Amino acid sequence: MAMFRTACRVAAAAMLLGSSVVAAEAATTLETVKARGKLICGVSMGTTGFALADAQGKFAGFDVDVCRAVSAAVFGDPNKVDFVMTNINTRFQVLQSGEIDILSRQTTMTYSREASLGIDFGPAVFYDGQGLMVAKSLGITTAKDLDGAAVCTLPGTTTAQNLADFFRATGKKFELVVFENPDENNNAFFSGRCDAVSSDRSDLASIRAASKSPDDYVILPETISKEPLAPAVRQNDSNWRDIVSWTAWMLMAAEEKGITQANVDEQLKSEDPEILRMLGATDDLGPMLGLDKAWGYNVVKHVGNYAEVFDRNLGEKTALGLSRGPNTLWNNGGLLYPPPFR
Amino acid sequence: MSPIVLLRDRRARELAYQVICVAAVALCVWYLLRNALGNLAQQDIATGFAYLGREAGFIISETPIAYEPSDSYARAVLVGLLNTVKVSLLAIVLGTIIGTLVGIARLSRNPLLSRLMLFYVEALRNVPLLLYLFLWYAAIIFTLPPVKQAITLLPGVYVSNSGLVVPAVVWNSGFWALAVAAGIGLAAAFAWQAAAKRKRIATGKARPVWPVALGWFIAPVVVAALLFDVSAQLDWPELGRFRLTGGAHLKPEFVALLLGLTLGASASVAEIVRSGILAIGRGQREAAQALGLPEGLTMRLVILPQALRVIVPPLTNIYVTTFKNSSLAIAIGYPDLVMVSNNIMNQTGQAIEPIALFMLVYLFLSLTTSLLMNWYNAQVALKGR
Repeated sequence: MAMFRTACRVAAAAMLLGSSVVAAEAATTLETVKARGKLICGVSMGTTGFALADAQGKFAGFDVDVCRAVSAAVFGDPNKVDFVMTNINTRFQVLQSGEIDILSRQTTMTYSREASLGIDFGPAVFYDGQGLMVAKSLGITTAKDLDGAAVCTLPGTTTAQNLADFFRATGKKFELVVFENPDENNNAFFSGRCDAVSSDRSDLASIRAASKSPDDYVILPETISKEPLAPAVRQNDSNWRDIVSWTAWMLMAAEEKGITQANVDEQLKSEDPEILRMLGATDDLGPMLGLDKAWGYNVVKHVGNYAEVFDRNLGEKTALGLSRGPNTLWNNGGLLYPPPFR
Repeated sequence: MSPIVLLRDRRARELAYQVICVAAVALCVWYLLRNALGNLAQQDIATGFAYLGREAGFIISETPIAYEPSDSYARAVLVGLLNTVKVSLLAIVLGTIIGTLVGIARLSRNPLLSRLMLFYVEALRNVPLLLYLFLWYAAIIFTLPPVKQAITLLPGVYVSNSGLVVPAVVWNSGFWALAVAAGIGLAAAFAWQAAAKRKRIATGKARPVWPVALGWFIAPVVVAALLFDVSAQLDWPELGRFRLTGGAHLKPEFVALLLGLTLGASASVAEIVRSGILAIGRGQREAAQALGLPEGLTMRLVILPQALRVIVPPLTNIYVTTFKNSSLAIAIGYPDLVMVSNNIMNQTGQAIEPIALFMLVYLFLSLTTSLLMNWYNAQVALKGR
């Protein structure tokens, strides 16, 4: 009879669990994060400049700094973040299931993702686009000349679809080889198995930086897709989405107003009323989102402004050596346009 | 009967346990499914298989059937499935042939040969297949030259790190008539041979077998060749700006995967064949020798037919494993079912449905393999007399 009893217990347990399916969604993300005492942030599996762990397991990179800024906004401390490496195929599921609070992982904001995946995107923090890289020795200057070429790529996002669209639109044929693993992808490209490699332009810069002789490779001028990379949060939590969005805009607005990590303390005595509102010296903007009054001050003090974050991780002096390109403030002809803090 | 009496009945009790077990499993599945669907609906995530009808929009590098990016996701899945079946079946056939030879050589009295085969088997069986795939793939793409400096083996036959390219034969429709005629001829030839054998056993009269059988085979082919217009054209590969165009291509991703799966399967088959041969009593071999059968015939006519009974059941395992291992294709860029499904997951954002679909397909492939092998096993098993 022991077996029968066990079966009964299993069945009873299953029924109990079944009745409690939809109960656990009450707390907001901000409450959950505060109660936990730290933020959990999903980043990539290791991309130079965006998210890479050093020998001590300490993460650094552009995507990492976005999460550190949110941590500074919520806790006044940029280090209350646990970073989780997320697989490109399961990153949205990890976010949906509540394992992470923010997905900050070179993820492109698209209509169908926002509409059908149960997630919301914050503002684009990096304007990227899919490009193609070839060896200089091929003597090619435009992607339109790649008729009949073999192209290597990683399976991520809509990379394969964008390539097919580009070649279909120009009536050209190509051979596509898709690799699951970045190393195999790079090997196939550098050995000449493929004539070109395709990915986001920032990613191509990473691949080139990792090669033995970066000068032998050239990124072609065409940008075959728009890839606005943005942090994502779970749908139906406007408060949390607002916090992530305005933290990103705080980084941009700080650059716009000339507030830096070094001068943020002096700026507390600024004449500009918007600077005072941003840093929490006047007006209580913070509590409207359930944050501390000085959240903006904390973000800039601990992480810096957008320019500092960019230069530290991706800029000309780093291995990637990216120029700001479209990632410049609107008043310099770029696309970064933070809404007003008032 | 009252329930208490039923409880005392052993068979009724056993039935009750089984019903309860099945009910518990069904309940678990129902609970998980309800939970998943409830959560997905709550998070506004699309569910269902409607995506299968939408345009796939990506290209696949190896397509056994015609496929364009404008085709549906369903057709893309089918292409992936055919790629999986293609590489697995080839690996199973080649692995069995190589494995059988290696297994027999393992028992050779020549110490050099048997040691060499021992090394072959142990080296292949004790390293994960994934590492071998990386090794074979790297060996191909790093040791062979890029396509611009392709090695020309024969006129029109090129080897490079983009694979092997040979001239392709393009047949016209008359070829199919010829193929059908050859099939009919082959069947007729075998039928004649069987009839002649029956006659010989029944009456003891030997009749000429092969000359007549050959006639049966050749006659329909000649008739078809005269009736239909059979012609073929050669499609020569040419060096384009980047790649060789035209001809038939054997891609390095396919070759590396086939090599890995074949060698892996052959090592396991070798061990099974060896144990099967060893399981046959020594008396069988001695009896065959006493009758004056040479070594080769002893193996072919006496030992192997009996060893098959031991060999077939574990062989099923190897075949099923080979099908499942083919999913490692994803590591070296061969577009199998899993890779295509992953691409679909990325584009649609739906994960549960594509995974459920390819799990079902693998289940189906494995069960089909098992069924076929069980049927074959029943054929070779000792019949109770």
